Amino acid sequence: MKARLGALAATAASIPITLFGLVLVTFFIGRVVPIDPVLAVVGDRAPADVVARARLELGLDQPLYAQFWRYLTDILTGNLGRSVMTSNPVWEDIARYFPATFELATLAIIVAGVLGIGLGVLAATRQGSWVDQVVRVFCLAGHSLPVFVLALVSLLVFYAWLGWLPGPGRQGIVFQDMVETRTGLMTLDAALANDWPAFWDAVAHLIQPAGVLSFFSLAYIARMTRAFMLAELRSEYVTTARAKGLSWPRIVWRHAFRNTAVPLVTVIFLTYAGLLEGAVLTETIFAWPGLGQYLTVSLLNADMNAVLGATLVVGLIYVVLNLLADLLYRLMDPRTR
Amino acid sequence: MSDPASPMADVATATAAIEPIAPDAVPEAAGAPPPPQAGAASGRRAWLLTDAPASRAQAAWGRRYQAWLAFRRNPLAMAGLGVILLMLLLILLAPVLATHDPGIQELGNRLAAPSSAHWLGTDELGRDVWSRLLYGGRITLGMVVAVVLLVAPVGLLVGCVAGYAGGLWDRLLMRVTDVFLAFPRLILALAFVAAMGPGVESAVIAIALTAWPPYARLARAETLTIRHTDYVAAARMTGASPARVVLRHVLPMCLPSLVVRVTLDMSSIILTAAGLGFLGLGAQPPLPEWGTMIATARRFILEQWWVAVMPGVAIFAASLAFNLLGDGLRDVLDPKQR
Repeated sequence: MKARLGALAATAASIPITLFGLVLVTFFIGRVVPIDPVLAVVGDRAPADVVARARLELGLDQPLYAQFWRYLTDILTGNLGRSVMTSNPVWEDIARYFPATFELATLAIIVAGVLGIGLGVLAATRQGSWVDQVVRVFCLAGHSLPVFVLALVSLLVFYAWLGWLPGPGRQGIVFQDMVETRTGLMTLDAALANDWPAFWDAVAHLIQPAGVLSFFSLAYIARMTRAFMLAELRSEYVTTARAKGLSWPRIVWRHAFRNTAVPLVTVIFLTYAGLLEGAVLTETIFAWPGLGQYLTVSLLNADMNAVLGATLVVGLIYVVLNLLADLLYRLMDPRTR
Repeated sequence: MSDPASPMADVATATAAIEPIAPDAVPEAAGAPPPPQAGAASGRRAWLLTDAPASRAQAAWGRRYQAWLAFRRNPLAMAGLGVILLMLLLILLAPVLATHDPGIQELGNRLAAPSSAHWLGTDELGRDVWSRLLYGGRITLGMVVAVVLLVAPVGLLVGCVAGYAGGLWDRLLMRVTDVFLAFPRLILALAFVAAMGPGVESAVIAIALTAWPPYARLARAETLTIRHTDYVAAARMTGASPARVVLRHVLPMCLPSLVVRVTLDMSSIILTAAGLGFLGLGAQPPLPEWGTMIATARRFILEQWWVAVMPGVAIFAASLAFNLLGDGLRDVLDPKQR
């Protein structure tokens, strides 16, 4: 118990250092940028004295360590600067864009988890059969297919050719601004407002981007599930269970699968963090107003405060998810006690 | 492989071939080339497969040959290798194989469907897609090679030094790797490109900056097991300097797992490079990079879908081939990584 607490404390202590590193990296990127932050604020036709005053206000005349200190204290007080593009504080922008990404990524990870575990178990219990081969090819495709190509092909097939699903965007035009924003999650907001047509419209718009986004994680989860299950199914307690005459599904799900649950939770948390990456490309194609799109649009507008703020937030989420995965693993696996 | 008896027959001929040669081979000098008298092919095979190598070179080549034999038994990995070699050949011979100049515009023939004149159709400026794919492969795959050449030595060195030196150095270097691992790769690369301005060079540097930490981790883990081996202790006792121990005795042992990791990583580097290109941050138009080509053709996806899909297929094929090759190499070179 004591050793376990010690390990937890060590993990917890490493977090501030990593976060400090994150801030250092974004600060460094912000300094090498060829865009003059003063011109970004006052515009390139401002008179010389305005430029000089802005430079002083931004603290750019001070030495680097002083600038870093200022940047760090700003961040700790929740000040990520002001976006040039939207002229809102970056923090507010991120808070507004984040729910859309959260909704997308959460649905994607649910799809990926359910299907991935199902496929993985299926492949492991039929090792070497054609089912196993199909799953294997499917997993390899998931690892190799660029998410933006998949997104474009999906739009082409399900929207343009078959017409089964709506095109890019988060809502149909009829439902635009009809539902009051409470949580920022379109489906939940519509459900809370008891507006079921809007709810189904939001779901229909979610299916395609979430499906595309989940593909990569699905492949990874299926691959890992298969590997974990194969290791379990080879062990002696499975032979014992079979000798006792237990039914095969019971052995697979109640005995073997239970033992893979702990590492699988870790895998799912880690892929959930990885979804943020795919979200950048998916959101760009599906015109999904989330954090990824905010990041790319700010990038193309050279809005450095917004880019660095979003990068920092994504890094923070990534670290927290990794930490959670680690903690859950320690809490759930009796061997680490 | 359809003949079930063939592996047995192989073994039989191999052992039969060894018998007459073995007495000759042993008295001969170290590293001697295979004796020619037993028929060139089987003689070389026997020389490579002998249980009693007469020299270090023979043992080393024998080991490599056996790895190759094991690798050759994996059809998927061989397919991956084949696709990669084919792609390299295609892009090297691009000037010969291209039917058009990749930059020449033919505005009267925009967005044409594939035909005998334009095998894969034309893009929005009437440029030949097939020729652009060939030349674009030079940029996309060139970027990947550049990233690997930048990243692998750095990661290897950082990992070996951290693992071998231990203590403060280890903690410091690993903390730095942790920070870089704390960002999703594409997002950190995006931020770096934003700072350096879009282009092929900054995309390569940005991807390299985000790609080295896993190699450092891997090399460190390998080094930690190697540094306590007897042969390292022996090398130290003969007075070898730490630099010599790391460079000559530790680093080479990390290479196989590094090669496997690099091959498996190639596909993710391809996807990141293409992703940056797609977002307009990699190669700039009119350069025919695969991701950039998809970005410009994206607007026509609903009508002239082939313009965007063709480069997509190329990216998919390259990335899949590297995954297959990497899987095969891992089974052969580094079975414990499975």
